[in-house]
Amino acid sequence: MKKTLALALAMMMAATMLLTGCGSGGSEERVVNVCSWGEYIDEDLIYQFEEETGIKVNYQIAESNEALYSLLKTGAGDYDVIVPSDYMIGRLIAEDMLAELDYSNIPNFGLIDDQYKGLSYDPDNKYTVPYTWGTLGIIYNTTMVDEPITSWDAMFDEKYAGQVLMIRNSRDALAAALLDLGYDINTTDEAQIREAYQLLSGAKSAGVYQAFVMDEVFQKMEGGNAAIAMYYAGDYLTMLENNPDLAYVVPQEGSNWFVDAMCVLKDAQHKEEAEEWINFIAGTDANLANMDYIWYASPNTEALSGYPDYYQETYGEALDMGLYEIMAAPQEVLDRCTLYENLPAETLTLYNDLWTELGI
Amino acid sequence: MKNKLSHFAIPYVIWMALFVVAPIIIVVIYAFSSASGGFTMANFARMGTYAVVFTRSFKLAIIATIICLLIGYPVSYIMSKEGPRFQRIAMVLIMLPMWMNFLLRTYSWMSILENNGLLNQLFQKIGLIALYNQVFGTDLSYFRLINTQGAVVLGMVYNYLPFMILPIYSVIIKLDRSLIEAAHDLGANTFNVFRRVILPLSLPGVLSGITMVFVPSVSTFAISKMLGGGTEMMLGDLIEQQFLGGAYNPQLGAAISLVMMVIVVVCMWVMNRFGEGEEQAVMM
Repeated sequence: MKKTLALALAMMMAATMLLTGCGSGGSEERVVNVCSWGEYIDEDLIYQFEEETGIKVNYQIAESNEALYSLLKTGAGDYDVIVPSDYMIGRLIAEDMLAELDYSNIPNFGLIDDQYKGLSYDPDNKYTVPYTWGTLGIIYNTTMVDEPITSWDAMFDEKYAGQVLMIRNSRDALAAALLDLGYDINTTDEAQIREAYQLLSGAKSAGVYQAFVMDEVFQKMEGGNAAIAMYYAGDYLTMLENNPDLAYVVPQEGSNWFVDAMCVLKDAQHKEEAEEWINFIAGTDANLANMDYIWYASPNTEALSGYPDYYQETYGEALDMGLYEIMAAPQEVLDRCTLYENLPAETLTLYNDLWTELGI
Repeated sequence: MKNKLSHFAIPYVIWMALFVVAPIIIVVIYAFSSASGGFTMANFARMGTYAVVFTRSFKLAIIATIICLLIGYPVSYIMSKEGPRFQRIAMVLIMLPMWMNFLLRTYSWMSILENNGLLNQLFQKIGLIALYNQVFGTDLSYFRLINTQGAVVLGMVYNYLPFMILPIYSVIIKLDRSLIEAAHDLGANTFNVFRRVILPLSLPGVLSGITMVFVPSVSTFAISKMLGGGTEMMLGDLIEQQFLGGAYNPQLGAAISLVMMVIVVVCMWVMNRFGEGEEQAVMM
């Protein structure tokens, strides 16, 4: 009896050690736990960093900002570095979940363009180092629509019933409706948000939406299975490689432009390694490699302006400047775009409730 | 002697306590908590709003289970009557898809069922769509296959069919052949042998098959998300959304899970009682 009990206990201990991971093991082995989005880094950078510094990178992914938030809240994610978007960073700062960075350990922060510093989510630059930026827009298949899409109306138009892919996250979906109605995407006016919801749910009951998608959008748009979708500029460029009929537009009513930035969590176990990682990724070479791989614009001044030359050198042909301007939207496009801001708690609850209601 | 063997159950008991009982207790606590931590019934008060989702999920799961049973039973029965070589090959064929990840399998169905997918391209090539348009005077360029309830049921049947076949097969294969011979001796024809002997005796397999198909079907979220397009939400989607999706509300998610678990347990209990009754009636 005693023996089996001992065996069972030993097995349990082994199991707990396995479950808690080797991270807590030796202090000699340096580790950094990173959580980002899918297909959002040139993976060679991870190996390069590991080789240069001897720090092991545990790279994990989350589906969306909201999913990442849930992972952090439930304690399921044991991360050091995360790469959320602007509005979620604002929320995490408001809820005191991020650590202040020691910028003397991140000299490459100086390479980041001032345009992406001191934004509303982190006005004093205490918590973040920008990773990428871009716009939200409409992707459409030119062979499946009658005229070029220019307005958010297309996302709610019964003319395209069954051909439209709506995005599966509340913030972007409601933003499209708010923009179409001419409202501010950061509005906290309940009546306006409800009106936007009505537009969305009306279109849903009218059968406009073929599906609500996140990553599935690639397969559906590339395969010509849907005519219109709303998604991010960088991902459009990825899809374009597989389907030349696709076009991208930042609608005339304006849109959202976003910044995804690297932050360190307050309870991070490996803050020093985290800052080393952030510094590495903020460097010009890493930014060029990333831009080439994921097609999202870099906030690093040198990398952003140097990308056309880098492309020419790497592929031996000139970069199509039309594509470059989709990736790195020019000022006149950015002028009609707004950054998301963190919404107050009661508005977030309203968003959550309306989003659940929409699914029913 | 019995006690000696029961020691081997200890790891399992610990496992159950840690990963089954404890989580259920946590679900119950969450379900009765408000966001700030106090006791509340508010999460259940909202349940009426989601009645549509409950009915839809149960309806689709029941349809999928019935289809699995209608396909699975004959397959198991026919398999059990064939030679050992056939049985081995058939078993490998049934298990083969399960060697691949469930999500990948479902993802492949997306490419097959899409508007511009493999099936629609095939229909186009063989002129089926043109024929349909001619006969019904419509103007379709594809059949709407994906993002329908039918596609969700198809996904469930495809993924869970082995869970129906295996328990039924393993019961039928172990049936006492002498009972069947005796029935024949006593003058029963093949149909009567099946109806009066084989069917009742295989009922335990049928019941566990139904449970193993119905329970995962009713709580699925990956299948409905990928093949149903997310326009008509199922219970699994609704729950997932409260934990990982756009709406972070674990208390509500726990309450919905709890109600679902209770309904499923009641369904299973009623069915098992019904099953027991049948068996006894036949025995007598």
